Amino acid sequence: MIPLVGPTRRRQTLRHRLLRLAERATTPLLPADYLDLFHPLRPGADLRGRIIAIQPETADAATIVIQPGADWAGHVPGQYVRIGVDVDGVRQWRAYSLTHGPRADGHISVTVKAVPDGLVSSHLVRAARPGTLIHLEQAAGEFMLPTDGGRFLFVTAGSGITPVIGMLRNLFPVTDSGVVRLVRSAGYDIVVVHLAPSEPDSIFSAHLRELDAAGAIRLVAHYTDVHGSLDVDDLDELVPDLAERGTLACGPAGLLEALRRHHDRRNLTLRTEQFRAPRVAVGEGGTVTFGRSGTEVVADGATPILDAAESAGVLMPSGCRMGICYGCVLPLSSGSVRDLRTGEITTATPGETAGRGVPVQTCISAAAGTCELDH
Amino acid sequence: MTVLQKKTDNPIAHLTAEDIEQLGVELDAIRQSVIEARGADDAAYIRRVIDAQRKLELGSRAVLLVSLFPPAWILGTAGLAVAKIIENMEIGHNVLHGQWDWMRDPKIHSTTWEWDHASPAEQWKHAHNELHHNYTNVIGKDNDLGYGIMRVDEDQPWVPAFLAQPLWNFLNACFFEYAIAAYDLELGRNLRSKKRRRSPEFRGLAKQVLAKVRKQMTKDYLLHPALSGPSFVTTLGANATANLIRNLWAHSVIMCGHFPEGVQTFERRSIEGETHGEWYLRQMLGSANISGSKAMHFMTGNLSHQIEHHLFPDLPSKRYAEIAPQVEALFDRYGLKYTTGSLPRQVASAWKKVIRLSLPNDFGRRRVAEVQTMRDARNEMAGAAAAA
Repeated sequence: MIPLVGPTRRRQTLRHRLLRLAERATTPLLPADYLDLFHPLRPGADLRGRIIAIQPETADAATIVIQPGADWAGHVPGQYVRIGVDVDGVRQWRAYSLTHGPRADGHISVTVKAVPDGLVSSHLVRAARPGTLIHLEQAAGEFMLPTDGGRFLFVTAGSGITPVIGMLRNLFPVTDSGVVRLVRSAGYDIVVVHLAPSEPDSIFSAHLRELDAAGAIRLVAHYTDVHGSLDVDDLDELVPDLAERGTLACGPAGLLEALRRHHDRRNLTLRTEQFRAPRVAVGEGGTVTFGRSGTEVVADGATPILDAAESAGVLMPSGCRMGICYGCVLPLSSGSVRDLRTGEITTATPGETAGRGVPVQTCISAAAGTCELDH
Repeated sequence: MTVLQKKTDNPIAHLTAEDIEQLGVELDAIRQSVIEARGADDAAYIRRVIDAQRKLELGSRAVLLVSLFPPAWILGTAGLAVAKIIENMEIGHNVLHGQWDWMRDPKIHSTTWEWDHASPAEQWKHAHNELHHNYTNVIGKDNDLGYGIMRVDEDQPWVPAFLAQPLWNFLNACFFEYAIAAYDLELGRNLRSKKRRRSPEFRGLAKQVLAKVRKQMTKDYLLHPALSGPSFVTTLGANATANLIRNLWAHSVIMCGHFPEGVQTFERRSIEGETHGEWYLRQMLGSANISGSKAMHFMTGNLSHQIEHHLFPDLPSKRYAEIAPQVEALFDRYGLKYTTGSLPRQVASAWKKVIRLSLPNDFGRRRVAEVQTMRDARNEMAGAAAAA
């Protein structure tokens, strides 16, 4: 670290002092809590975004255009962003691929397909309104193309196309006058094998066809209702030069697993992306793991986690032991618990649940399958 | 429930054990209906209240920058007092109860919230949520009951020191937030013995309270007055007045919750082995509501629905008004008294009790008896005179 001297240091300490003074004037809140009332997207604020537009893509998919807060650090096409949205008043976090390259207006966009039991996806596609504030984290993910070109195969299924669209849009922007061929994109030779149940359901199918027609990519669209389900061994025929390409795949776990085996047999490189973390089955009782100590406690479905943990010798915070005082709340980092009073299930999924986990009252919650508490 | 059973008019004599358990089942159903219904509207409500409260506080403090002008002083002080009341009652108290934890918003959560109050949130949550709400109106266990300095039940032996309890109660009201901090710290009990006084746990907690009090005081009595420049003294006065108004208001509302006539108190032994239904019943008998306008309910942080709040302390406050008719109907069906009255009436009732209990139990009766004796004697004399 370079030691600060002279005016820089004085400026820093002055700034620091003013900040401390402002904190003392707003205690017990922070100055930011008041600034947030007027300018939630300002520099220095928690990262948030405002929904600017919701554009329908298919009957059950839409692109959400978001103006990110001033501290948004940008992204590389193929990366995803975690978004916190309030659905029925409850904050839910999900990861979505950014479906574009860097934009001149500084906005970002994600494309969401409403899945039947998808709380957040259905909300974003059908209920969300422009103007709504949402919560963001910085873009993340290693699913991206090398910047120096090459020969690639994308295998995508369903909404697995979204990170790929982000990369393709960045390489081959589509304007009113057609696909623009940029110099920096000349070094890429891309084949896209895209699987979808049917063509009307397929997000970005028109976009992919347009890129294919312009010669920017070669599209192999595979619709289950027309072509039947795809056997990964068919890839050798569909893409004869498979061995000369690096494969990037995004889709459900089953497809990625099959591809992994297929590529391993042929000694080919494969990079994959999967969003939805495997969910732990909800059951009656289960093993509760205390993440910090590593202690495991087997609890039945009728015993509060607090009681089970204490009988196993875990030091637990507790209070009224009847669900009133919230003195026993601990973050559930994965798995499900059942509220013994209401039967309500609370589930935490790593990658989707914010912070250390969903806070749950251990005194009235029983394990509903295997779960882990951050304690 | 021995205290009740001892009474000639035991309010629960007509209830069987099955009745009490059935009562619990019905209350659980009311609770469940609210949990199922709560959603985006509730979330929007608390965010709106927080938003409005912060803007009102900012605006009031801005007006007070020129508090040298009397209209600015009046406007700013009134605004700040209202903002502080809302912050403590409809927002702070209820957020710290976990009423909004279901939103999973880390900024509006019982584990992260800190309030404009002398007692640090963590200590208050323990004293209030764990002790007061669990041991509601149990003499010797519920510190909110007389705050350990007052006589709150005829069964407590009277000593001459209780003569001063109306005065203590008034001072308690004026400095309510500091009094609360002291109760949460169990200051009286902890200062009494050297061992407790020196325990690292107590010292740690006391240090937290002092740090919080210092921050609160620096803000209201130094920093904001200083920012007002020539209005230093008037702003300091305005902030002190706003805090005083908040303290008096909060004290009055809270006194109405468990003090008015008709509210029952319980013996320590009576809660041993208490069932879920019996716990509900104790909350029902140990709390009193305040009736009035929507604005009044809001300014009390919906503690005017004290009965509903004590039955369901973690349901969103705005829902209490909605379930109150169901709860009242349930009281009726089980032949229980739903204690309620207007704010002036309940405050007067609570004060009357404080004053009555500052005197020995037989004080009034002794006087009545004396008057009666004198009257009898006079009548006798008159009778004798007539006979003569």
